[in-house]
Amino acid sequence: MSIRNIKKSYPIFSRRIHGHPLTYLDSAATAQKPTAVLAAMDAFYRRHNANPRRGLYQLGVEATEMVEQVRSDVAAFIGADDASEVVFTSGTTGAINLVAYTWALAHLRPGDEVIVSELEHHSNLVPWQQLAARRRWKLSFIPITANGNLDLQWLRRHLTRRVKLVSVTHTSNVLGVRPPLPTIIRLAHRVGARVLVDAAQAVAHEPINVSRLGCDWISFSGHKMYGPTGIGVLWGRRALLEDAPPYQYGGEMVAEVRWGKTTFADPPARFEAGTQNAAGIVGLGAAIAMLRAIGWPAIRRHERALVRYAMKKLTMLSGVTVYGPHTAVDHGAVISFNIDGVHAHDVASVFDTLGIAVRAGHHCAMPLHTKLGVLATVRASIGIYNTKEDIDQLVRGIKKVQKIFEV
Amino acid sequence: MDLYRQKILDHYRAPRNFGKLKGATHKAQRGNPLCGDEVEIALKITRGVVRQVKFTGTGCAISMAATSLLTEAVSGQRLSQVRRLTEAQALRLLGTPIGPARHKCALLGYEALQKALGK
Ligand SMILES: Cc1ncc(COP(=O)(O)O)c(C=O)c1O
Repeated sequence: MSIRNIKKSYPIFSRRIHGHPLTYLDSAATAQKPTAVLAAMDAFYRRHNANPRRGLYQLGVEATEMVEQVRSDVAAFIGADDASEVVFTSGTTGAINLVAYTWALAHLRPGDEVIVSELEHHSNLVPWQQLAARRRWKLSFIPITANGNLDLQWLRRHLTRRVKLVSVTHTSNVLGVRPPLPTIIRLAHRVGARVLVDAAQAVAHEPINVSRLGCDWISFSGHKMYGPTGIGVLWGRRALLEDAPPYQYGGEMVAEVRWGKTTFADPPARFEAGTQNAAGIVGLGAAIAMLRAIGWPAIRRHERALVRYAMKKLTMLSGVTVYGPHTAVDHGAVISFNIDGVHAHDVASVFDTLGIAVRAGHHCAMPLHTKLGVLATVRASIGIYNTKEDIDQLVRGIKKVQKIFEV
Repeated sequence: MDLYRQKILDHYRAPRNFGKLKGATHKAQRGNPLCGDEVEIALKITRGVVRQVKFTGTGCAISMAATSLLTEAVSGQRLSQVRRLTEAQALRLLGTPIGPARHKCALLGYEALQKALGK
């Protein structure tokens, strides 16, 4: 499969928006879906639908096999040796909350410390903040430096035996910054802290290898990697998953139930109470197959070139402020900016009239925006289907805003 | 484009009744956490009539222009009439249809007004 003309495999690009072709630059919020993903889900419902793990009949066997096949595909996709370390969740948020409410609640004591970074999305901040308040854990933030990188000196000073968990983003959904995970993980492990990596903004853009990375958990969402909404993954080291109690109770997560007592199934089933999102899992599998067919080298070459092109265009425009690093190297597929003198919401509304879809606001990172000294930013983010023409249209959009607002 | 007509841009650049109001009898603030917009409306109401209304705040063109237009509309009105002002009427003050994506912005001043009047 080739990246050129790939827009044709994404039905949504046949839409016209206010008379214009769709210029979709919001893949960091959610990516569009290729026909292959839609067809796989459709085929599941049409031909194989049954409740996985339950049916003792042909369809039930097929549904179970399809779900478990994707579990193996996910493991291979992220470089995990053991498919039973892959837990299906509702998304990144579900995965992070799972670690918070199972492993962390069971292992952290009052006075223990959790460290996250100032780059975090609310979903990797609020769960820790809330539990820390309830359980009297200490929550600290790795500060960002002027260019948006993490202050590793601060981290070195703050990593003591009290720190039990470091939870950081792989790629910032606002600044595109990619913290130096190998260093962070090594430093954290040295004091016995565990490391959770929020890979929501990374999985669709570069290969992830949990074995090489050496982290303890990673979380991501299917919908940001061209798969369906409502499905995500928590990968965790087998020993850590085994060493955590369940936090939702129900069907298919138990070994034995008596009237007064239940013993729980081993992971991953222990953490997948209730009927699984089977069609979502099948769709996720199709998305992984699509990414594999195109291949990381082609994806990275294409997206890097686009980020570099966009960065060059945006930083050249007068009256535009780009946040975060200005180089495409070590930059994720997102670029946040403001047009001087115009509110981000107004920018997005003008863009919309040209068929350009971007995110405007604080992108679920309010404390980070406070730190940047702005209330809101405009975020353009890139997916495999984007082209140079999309960036050119973005530039036209910016010029139109500047004309309307006379700035 | 339609949304950013001259009237809206004009009220955004030069908002009417902008500033602090001394001797306000009613006052309230509303914010939109999604974009950090904030509006405070202050009114001087005596004998059932809005004698004066002023607002302060920061925000996008839509929220600022909508609040500016709103203050013009309620200025000098009977309190009983102002209380009857509906959301739909407040949106119509902008003079152009506004999509649901921007309703929150367009109604920020209206919500502050409701709060000031103790609704
Ligand atoms: C870095 C990061 N973490 C977590 C999330 C939350 O993902 P979800 O809403 O799919 O649970 C997002 C998505 O917006 C994100 O960008």
